[in-house]
Amino acid sequence: MKQIIKILSILVAIAAFWIGLLESSVVPRSHTWLLPIYLIVSLGCYGLLMVGVGLMRFPTCPQEAGLLQKDVAEAKEFLKQRGVDVANE
Amino acid sequence: MEKEKNKYSIIVPTYNERLNIAFLVYLIFKHLKDVDFEIIVVDDGSPDGTQEVVKQLQKLYGEDRILLRARPRKLGLGTAYIHGLKHASGNFVVIMDADLSHHPKYLPSFIRKQIETGANIVTGTRYVRGGGVHGWNLMRKLTSRGANVLAQTLLWPGVSDLTGSFRLYQRSVLEDVINSCVSKGYVFQMEMIVRASRKGCHIAEVPITFVDRVYGSSKLGGSEIVEYLKGLAYLLVTT
Repeated sequence: MKQIIKILSILVAIAAFWIGLLESSVVPRSHTWLLPIYLIVSLGCYGLLMVGVGLMRFPTCPQEAGLLQKDVAEAKEFLKQRGVDVANE
Repeated sequence: MEKEKNKYSIIVPTYNERLNIAFLVYLIFKHLKDVDFEIIVVDDGSPDGTQEVVKQLQKLYGEDRILLRARPRKLGLGTAYIHGLKHASGNFVVIMDADLSHHPKYLPSFIRKQIETGANIVTGTRYVRGGGVHGWNLMRKLTSRGANVLAQTLLWPGVSDLTGSFRLYQRSVLEDVINSCVSKGYVFQMEMIVRASRKGCHIAEVPITFVDRVYGSSKLGGSEIVEYLKGLAYLLVTT
């Protein structure tokens, strides 16, 4: 099943549930009409939260740049002595 | 105890990486001392002398360890991997970038993870603890994180880093998946991992660090964002 079909199926199921709620009046009608809005807003907030939290906890590795420079220097030494052209320009 | 008779073919597409390819090869040999591997350099006709440097490296390390399989001009990443695959003799294939943003010191952890878990694919992820990025400003991190959340919500890919291109594949799995992928650039990497996930491949992750060689503001303009959204839409409908 393609991903879009999966997602649409879930949306259809949610819509069916919502219509069921409207028909059966288990929850007062006025509330039920607003449920889709609540859902969309909640999803939006959840998305923003995930982005924000992810941004705060974004892993960085400042020490890696220095380590890489060391590795490059080591490589340059080794290769220069063995006839590989590693001169800048 | 029988040691695994595994051979790892490391495919490295290059374009104008005269210096980096030499450092990369040195570092791979340094970190894979007891491993049976070969490096396949797929160079797309670099004008800066990359192929000459590779030939010098071949003299130093052996033509059986470093294969130069060049192409006449820039022909794209996906086809570079396919081209490299044709000449690979290993039962495992590693793909990595030539510009040292992928550090060979993580290769042993890829190999170990695969042996421990029996995974079909081991993918490097920059977004978990133990991994990380250096050289990205706030805007870059924001777009990366936003793009990732969107992709996770829409595609349920099963991996944390969709656009990463530092991966270890079982050879048969790579051959199978790559033939059904048609995208270009980083969307190609996304398509590969999503299709593999859909086919039921067992995908393991290892943290990697990524030092971006392109410092300062990356040109993340409107067109890149549109390209990404089109890629997501394509994957939504076809996978």
